[in-house]
Amino acid sequence: MSTSRQRGNSRLPNFKDLPTLLRDARFWRFAAQAIAVLLVVLLVILIVDNVIYNLRQLGIQLGFDFLRTQASFDIGETLIPYSPADSYTRAILVGLVNSLRVTVLGLIFATMLGLLAGIARLSSNWLLRQLALVYVEIFRNTPLLLQLFFWYFAVFLKLPGVENSITLPGPTYLTSRGVFLPWFNPTAGTGLWLVLLALGIGGAIALWRWRVRLILEQGRPGNPILWSLGPLVASGLLALILTRTIPFSWNLPQLVGGTQLQGGLRLSPEFSTLVIGLVVYTGSFIAEIVRAGIQAVPRGQWEAARALGLKPGRIMQMVILPQALRVIIPPLTSQYLNLAKNSSLAIAIGFPDVYFVASTTFNQTGRAVEVMLLIMITYLTISLTISLLMNLYNQTVQLKER
Amino acid sequence: MRKWSSLLLTLMLLAVPLVGCSRFYAQGSAASASSLLDRVKNRGKLVCGVSGELPGFSYVNQQGEYSGLDVDVCRAIAAALFDDPDAVDYRNLNAKERFTAVQAGEVDILSRNTTWTISRDTSVGLEFAPTVFYDGQGMMVKKASGIKNLKDLEGSSVCVQTGTTTEQNLADQMRKLGVKYTPIVFEDVNAAFATYEEGRCDGMTADRSALVARRSVLKNPDEHILLEELLSKEPLAPAVINGDARWFDTVKWVIFGLIEAEELGINSQNIDSFTNTDNSVVKRLLGTEGNLGQGLGLPNDFVARAVRKVGNYGEIYNRNLGPGTPFNLPRGQNEIWTKGGLLYAPPFR
Amino acid sequence: MAQTDYLSPTTPPTSRAPSPLEWVRENLFSTWYNGILTIVCLVAIVPALISFISWVIGAAEWAAIAENLRLFFVGRFPRDLYWRLWTSLGILAGLTGISWGFARRNARRLSRSILIVLGVAIAAVVLPLGLPSRWLLAITLGAAVGYAVGRQLPPTISSWLPGTWGLAFVVILWLIKGGLGLEPTITNVWTGLLLTVLMATISIVLSFPLGVMLALGRQSKLPVVRALSILYIEVIRGLPLIGILFLAQVMLPLFLPPWFRDLDRVLRAIAGLVLFSAAYLAENVRGGLQAVPRGQAEAASALGLSTPLVVMLIVLPQALRAVIPAIVGQFIGLFKDTSLLSLFGLLELTGIARSVLAQPQFLGRYAEVYLFIGLIYWVFCYGMSLASRRLEQKLNVDQR
Repeated sequence: MSTSRQRGNSRLPNFKDLPTLLRDARFWRFAAQAIAVLLVVLLVILIVDNVIYNLRQLGIQLGFDFLRTQASFDIGETLIPYSPADSYTRAILVGLVNSLRVTVLGLIFATMLGLLAGIARLSSNWLLRQLALVYVEIFRNTPLLLQLFFWYFAVFLKLPGVENSITLPGPTYLTSRGVFLPWFNPTAGTGLWLVLLALGIGGAIALWRWRVRLILEQGRPGNPILWSLGPLVASGLLALILTRTIPFSWNLPQLVGGTQLQGGLRLSPEFSTLVIGLVVYTGSFIAEIVRAGIQAVPRGQWEAARALGLKPGRIMQMVILPQALRVIIPPLTSQYLNLAKNSSLAIAIGFPDVYFVASTTFNQTGRAVEVMLLIMITYLTISLTISLLMNLYNQTVQLKER
Repeated sequence: MRKWSSLLLTLMLLAVPLVGCSRFYAQGSAASASSLLDRVKNRGKLVCGVSGELPGFSYVNQQGEYSGLDVDVCRAIAAALFDDPDAVDYRNLNAKERFTAVQAGEVDILSRNTTWTISRDTSVGLEFAPTVFYDGQGMMVKKASGIKNLKDLEGSSVCVQTGTTTEQNLADQMRKLGVKYTPIVFEDVNAAFATYEEGRCDGMTADRSALVARRSVLKNPDEHILLEELLSKEPLAPAVINGDARWFDTVKWVIFGLIEAEELGINSQNIDSFTNTDNSVVKRLLGTEGNLGQGLGLPNDFVARAVRKVGNYGEIYNRNLGPGTPFNLPRGQNEIWTKGGLLYAPPFR
Repeated sequence: MAQTDYLSPTTPPTSRAPSPLEWVRENLFSTWYNGILTIVCLVAIVPALISFISWVIGAAEWAAIAENLRLFFVGRFPRDLYWRLWTSLGILAGLTGISWGFARRNARRLSRSILIVLGVAIAAVVLPLGLPSRWLLAITLGAAVGYAVGRQLPPTISSWLPGTWGLAFVVILWLIKGGLGLEPTITNVWTGLLLTVLMATISIVLSFPLGVMLALGRQSKLPVVRALSILYIEVIRGLPLIGILFLAQVMLPLFLPPWFRDLDRVLRAIAGLVLFSAAYLAENVRGGLQAVPRGQAEAASALGLSTPLVVMLIVLPQALRAVIPAIVGQFIGLFKDTSLLSLFGLLELTGIARSVLAQPQFLGRYAEVYLFIGLIYWVFCYGMSLASRRLEQKLNVDQR
């Protein structure tokens, strides 16, 4: 820590002459910082000292060695192999994977729902407008925890059993044991398919942007969506020719013996509740952000675009949304962060996310301090990652001054 | 432009007293010197940690009053100390925070269907009073499911509450048997039972007492059975903080007093008819002879107070879990030893 | 994405009221796809509404609510002390009336919202719902008188209103907590909606000084102070609230010396909420500070005011006025967030709901119970957000 030196010719405060010293702003600046640091250090020392003393009273040692010991509890849902014989580290990793799965899915669907509801709030259709308004006002003004309880106990668990499940086309089965969806199994050519499709999507986006710029700058007619389908179709055909197989085979859930559902992708009620709860709750906030963002675009933009003869849908897509994004992104980022943090409410409905597993670990080991540090590091990392990505994206949409 | 350094400085200085001083300035504070017993007596209230969400043991009824077996244990202690069973503050504790609450001195006694285990008695820093309810972990399933033993649970899901020994017992037993199953784990025991009842889980595991208590209030109690197999022994006992012998003795002997009173046939209805008895065992228990209470730092009639105001063990059991209640739980092991149960109080002499 | 005809942000002024048929055509079937949208919406809504209403009237058992109303609202607060709660409510109603009347002193006599409020109040008094109607009548009268008084107040009084609210807050706290000549109540009997409201209010009030301090710290030119403020704000904002509450409930005793541990659980919960909400408040206030033109501070310095005075008298008032809506929004968030404390054994509204669901005769009635307390939360949060929007409009008008 050093005094803030002014450029080059600044001397240190005159420490010999006390009255002058007391009038010297640099001295005060220095002193304030010194005292602030001192206070914080003192506080930290106090807390650490108390923690050590209290832990000694309870006979608990500090240290992360317990993470290597056997967890000896089961986890209901895992994407990676796990058994009670594994270590606590493994258990927490399982929880982390579960958390990330919920967060990523939640972000995607909440954004879609929020965008739709936000635009519906401004629709010219009265009924749709009211519907969106009711949705937003109900879900914004009640606690998420309550909504999760409601989804879980009053919706998902009230679904019929496997024997008389609600069957949707797909076939998708809704039961109180979970949601069963058709899913795909990889085949030999899946890897190549994915690579080529990724290239195709990249090409499609590039082409779409190019066509949009042409429309906007030179007024050329045409449908950018159709243009962008070109690379997609091309890459699909190429992959088909190269691999001679379809990218994956469908794996459909089937009713076995009238009491068991097998195959397909099973989403447990806990997982479904958490994702739906987070999506519906966060979506209602995003809807308001989108609405405000759209309304922040000056009216002249609408009128000018209309004067150019653009269709309403096209205006939204090419003129309004890109400008609204500048207003939307910063508050959207904080909603994304909220969603990631709110996923920790999984504990209330029995979904084993990272927070739940960590707190079970605390229960069994009594290592409050270490577990808390782990939770902190985990969530700060997730938050920072989301912030970083959103800030990068934000830089691309902000107004570029020419 | 000058900054707000001086303002911040002032605020920081104001914060100094808030930081407080370390315990170095609090050597020999009252906490370590006197027993919790003295502090409870001075306070005039007993602070009792309960679950608050377990029918039959502790929950809030519509009058906003706590009731249940665990609650009556606290009321009996309050009656013995203050002659007033209502001089109790209840704290709802979930399974997770209950031990911290005792360690931190937030509650004087933990009466929250807590299983007495060696690790809790030693490393967690608790001291367990006599068992007030002998229990074991069981498994409840639907009759229609055709599940007869734990092995049949292969591939099923089981609802369980976290923060208790239940979760680990389940994992241990299933590993031993080599049964693959999916645990659905809840923080809150009500949520776990609710989830089981909705058919999300094939089995529900908890202490048998809780299972029977819950089964009695399910929509169709007859559709559910408890498996014969037990996953564990669960002696449920009140707990107090380690290292405070006087307080521990108080809690211990009040509970023994309730059991002894039942053995001697003394209950809240007939207690006054024993005033002129010449049975000196009864007299000592009720404090009309000798001074057993003094050794504890309590009035000699401390057991009489508890029995008069709250009832003996049998009355407490029947009031909360017996035939008149929705649970109708047979006493079984929780009978007095003279009737073939496990309840046995050391002699009052 | 559904093709919708987007409404321009402001609706064109209507010259005359359209006939119902015209209105329907205008708003529901203006184009072919709008018509399809309308029909799709109707197909989705109508059956859902019908089944919901038939459930509410038929299948639902509202006994769980009716028999536990007292528990939901005031929980285990001693009955013989109810007068204190009623008095507090009366003070609140009177002050709200005064403030509302004052804010609308230039408006028409009776607006729709006031009529609605009056209607609800009269219904509550008149209908035989078993409510203590005398108290309600007194409170309604108090609000009405307050409104009338508020309309007559001279504009100069406006600077007194916040202070009066602060005083009312202290008085109400005293009424509920007791002490100083009133019989004290233990925090343990603060349950139900009462606890929810108390915790949210106390937390936001206590986090205010801390939040302002952090915001000033983050704006400070002193690198160390700034770094510390940023560290605190960002760490707290990066953590889930449930983790912070866990910290406060379970670990606070570990951080404190043994003789300083007799903190009850409500206090620990409030400590957690304060630590949490201070960081968010700091960010809001910082936004306000950035919005204050630098010339303001420079001009004040030129007048010879010392830095603390410049901050207290010139910069902060302007900054805070700009962030009032954000602070109200935060309070609404906090009000909802108190529900998390039910996971820590506190019997606030959600906690009480869970203990009602543990009553043997109401096991499994979660739809009714959760809907009911959802409604309570909703009324509070929606009411506050409406009021805040009105306030914002009014402030904006005052700015011009």
